[in-house]
Amino acid sequence: MSKQQTYWEDIEIGTSLPDLVKKPTTRQLVQWAGSSGDLYEIHYDKDQAIANKLPGVIVHGALKGAWIGQMLTDLAGDHGWVKKYTTSYRGMDVPGDTISCKGKITKKYITGEEHLVETEMWLENGKGEKTTLGTGVVRLPSKPK
Amino acid sequence: MTTYKFYTFESVKKTIGIESEPSTFEIEKEPIRRWADAIGDHNPLYHDEEYCKKLGYRSLIAPPSFLTNYDYPLSPFQAPKYPVLTGRTLNGGNEYECYLPVQAGDKITITIVTSDVYQREGRLGLMTFIMTDYIFRNEKGEKVGIGRHLGIHY
Repeated sequence: MSKQQTYWEDIEIGTSLPDLVKKPTTRQLVQWAGSSGDLYEIHYDKDQAIANKLPGVIVHGALKGAWIGQMLTDLAGDHGWVKKYTTSYRGMDVPGDTISCKGKITKKYITGEEHLVETEMWLENGKGEKTTLGTGVVRLPSKPK
Repeated sequence: MTTYKFYTFESVKKTIGIESEPSTFEIEKEPIRRWADAIGDHNPLYHDEEYCKKLGYRSLIAPPSFLTNYDYPLSPFQAPKYPVLTGRTLNGGNEYECYLPVQAGDKITITIVTSDVYQREGRLGLMTFIMTDYIFRNEKGEKVGIGRHLGIHY
């Protein structure tokens, strides 16, 4: 599978990133628990989640963060590089919901040899509420002159 | 198996700036593939070693937040000498800085530092926020990345 490379010249401030839609299931949370090593019970054991004052099992913050990361690595492609990103988990997400990961370009500049863009990203739950916020800094290849 | 220990605000505060003992682990292909499968990311950089080699890499690439997902040594504040407060935690946020590519076969050394601790009232009562930094170095001693985690204890 080869991917289309985005070049720095291809995008402008305000350009939207392609939406990434996720439909987490409890099964996926268990898969993430196993692969990440985060075995905290609130992500797969309903009784434990409720005992912790939560509505039920909730999606791991770091999994939502990994989706934010996926948006950025998709933007960077094979020849770009994700330099930095941040995530802030503002609301809880639950399995069974549809979560849309969205974003846009907020800055575009050159520092030394690096062609950089900055992004703003967020996750929306099925009700359209923003449950997660993110920012990113990505280096993109520049088109040969 | 729950390994969460319980700490007091004061006990955690005392550990700000103290680096944990270093711990070294090897980056392996299968964990990278499973990690990518768990988030539903089909990027060939995480699955197809030949594809990576054509790009000049030696093996599969670790995704940006992959390093912070390993089983770690305990944070300094989790040392057993500190007493306990609460066992309930949430993830408030993460931050990742990636300086150099990390590939399967690399041996990465991690150290952990508590960088900030504060408290405030929130939806779930008095909440303690603990910022933990994870610092990753390769075999040459180069810093390859940093992960930060904001733990909310309530």
